[in-house]
Amino acid sequence: MQVGDRANVDKGPSPSGGEVRFPGSDGSSVPFEVYSSKEIYDLEQERIFRGPTWNYLALEAELPEPGDFKSTFVGDTPVVVTRTQEGEFAAWVNRCAHRGAIVCREKRGNAKSHACIYHQWSYNAHGDLEGVPFRRGVQGVAGMPESFDLKQNGLRKLRVASYKGLLFASFSDEVAPLTDYLGERMLPGIDRIFHKPIEFLGATRQYIHGNWKLYMENVRDGYHASLLHTFHATFNLVRSNQKARVIGDTSDLHTCGDLFITPDPSGASDYKDIATFKDKLSLEYPQIVENRQEFEELVANHLQCIFPQLVIMQIQNVLAVRQVLPKAPDEFELIFHFFGYADDSPEMRRHRVTQMNLVGAAGLISMEDGTAIELVQDGIKSGPQGHSIALMGLEAAEEDQERVPMAENHIRRFWRGYQRLMGF
Amino acid sequence: MKLHFELTELQTGYIAAIDDERFEDWPNFFTPDGNYEIIPRENFVQGLPAGLMHCFGQTMMRDRVVSMREANVYHAHTYRHFVSGLEILSQTADEVATRSNYLVMRTVNELNADVFQVGRYEDIVVRTDAGWRYKSKRAIYENARVDTLLVIPV
Ligand code: FES
Ligand SMILES: [Fe+2]
Repeated sequence: MQVGDRANVDKGPSPSGGEVRFPGSDGSSVPFEVYSSKEIYDLEQERIFRGPTWNYLALEAELPEPGDFKSTFVGDTPVVVTRTQEGEFAAWVNRCAHRGAIVCREKRGNAKSHACIYHQWSYNAHGDLEGVPFRRGVQGVAGMPESFDLKQNGLRKLRVASYKGLLFASFSDEVAPLTDYLGERMLPGIDRIFHKPIEFLGATRQYIHGNWKLYMENVRDGYHASLLHTFHATFNLVRSNQKARVIGDTSDLHTCGDLFITPDPSGASDYKDIATFKDKLSLEYPQIVENRQEFEELVANHLQCIFPQLVIMQIQNVLAVRQVLPKAPDEFELIFHFFGYADDSPEMRRHRVTQMNLVGAAGLISMEDGTAIELVQDGIKSGPQGHSIALMGLEAAEEDQERVPMAENHIRRFWRGYQRLMGF
Repeated sequence: MKLHFELTELQTGYIAAIDDERFEDWPNFFTPDGNYEIIPRENFVQGLPAGLMHCFGQTMMRDRVVSMREANVYHAHTYRHFVSGLEILSQTADEVATRSNYLVMRTVNELNADVFQVGRYEDIVVRTDAGWRYKSKRAIYENARVDTLLVIPV
């Protein structure tokens, strides 16, 4: 144990005890301590990630063969997802029923069974306990009690459901079936992206020193898009008056935003006031933002946030699902799972790889998000109590909020759903 | 021996351009149609293409540099490269395949330095009228979690 750890244990819970007061119930104001308190972080693990939610685990395409497995997390709980010999999917907490050791130590692989290295207890793909060495002891002495039942000592199993090749898990017996949880307003966006078989193209990982909810706000935040990320403006590529549609679900959890490609009636005048706009720069390789139409609607940008930790993304022709894994109140890992379609030509696949340059940790149009989140985390971690505000579009009509991405109604929506689940 | 020396010189020039922040020189170490990619090893070993940067040709490299200079926003930071073990895997008169190790320390705001990335370069180097140039350079990194962001090519 490090000195720092002991200091924490001795301090005990902070005076807030994980309880926090939001100034209101409309989600427009958020006390800073929800981004930094360890007590609230622990409560979120219980009430959100192990609560009545579905958490994204993997693409089915990542686990094509029986026995394929992947280690991941639900919240910060280590979980393994496997394709069983029967072709079904199973997920279990990666914690040995004996002494609690991590059972599966590989990130991914293929195995019929999983043995814990400590005392070699072994489990099948479903998480059932199958073997306990020296169960009858040595020469019949000092084994497990007669009453010890393998069936009662398997790994903790999670409910698993999949929709269009997206695998989700839940700790909750109460949560609605997955399609109801996603809701009818969210399904069309998923149906469009996953309208035919996909091909997994690999994952990249970004580690951000900020609270996971700052990211969930960031992806729902259309206000910052053209102000923080100036790639498009610098290279004279888009206008702020592109047609947009940003819709939420009925349970105040998810959001789906689409930016449609339309001709620009303003002649770039909308950018005149933005200091970062550079009139004369252009790309030598403009295909990097070229949209090769593959959906009925011409969508430049599709960002769909499924509460609590999934973002489905299409930006021009680059496709990915982003998974958010909280690690501590002020740390999370962000994993981009890229994919294309199984029937892509080599040339189309190359085009998708080219457009990977736009997103992720080195993304030309997104690399600033990590820094923005860390600046918030640094700004709020000390100093007097305070709260953030999200008021843009508060007084706008519902249709206008859905039409104008810089309305902050989807941030407010996230916080209303959060407050409800957390009991705040 | 002479070849090894020339390849080492190419690499020394390459890392010096980056570490000295002469990013506009960086594409010039490649052939006009040269490729540059940064790929996590976990994808590379599975034969999956996804990575952090994929520049196919000098045009994309120059766009990257202009974007870094003019569009992208980030804290001031610099790299210091440490390379070792340059190995020639195969060679013809005008083309050489090499691999070498790299370690990049990143210093932010001239305050703290961390190991930012560690991996190996897999390069195809070709002889041109102007000297040796990279036809392909792939940085295969082993520490898959990218800390905050990656701006500067490695
Ligand atoms: S802790 Fe896993 S077998 Fe003992
Ligand atoms: Fe962003």
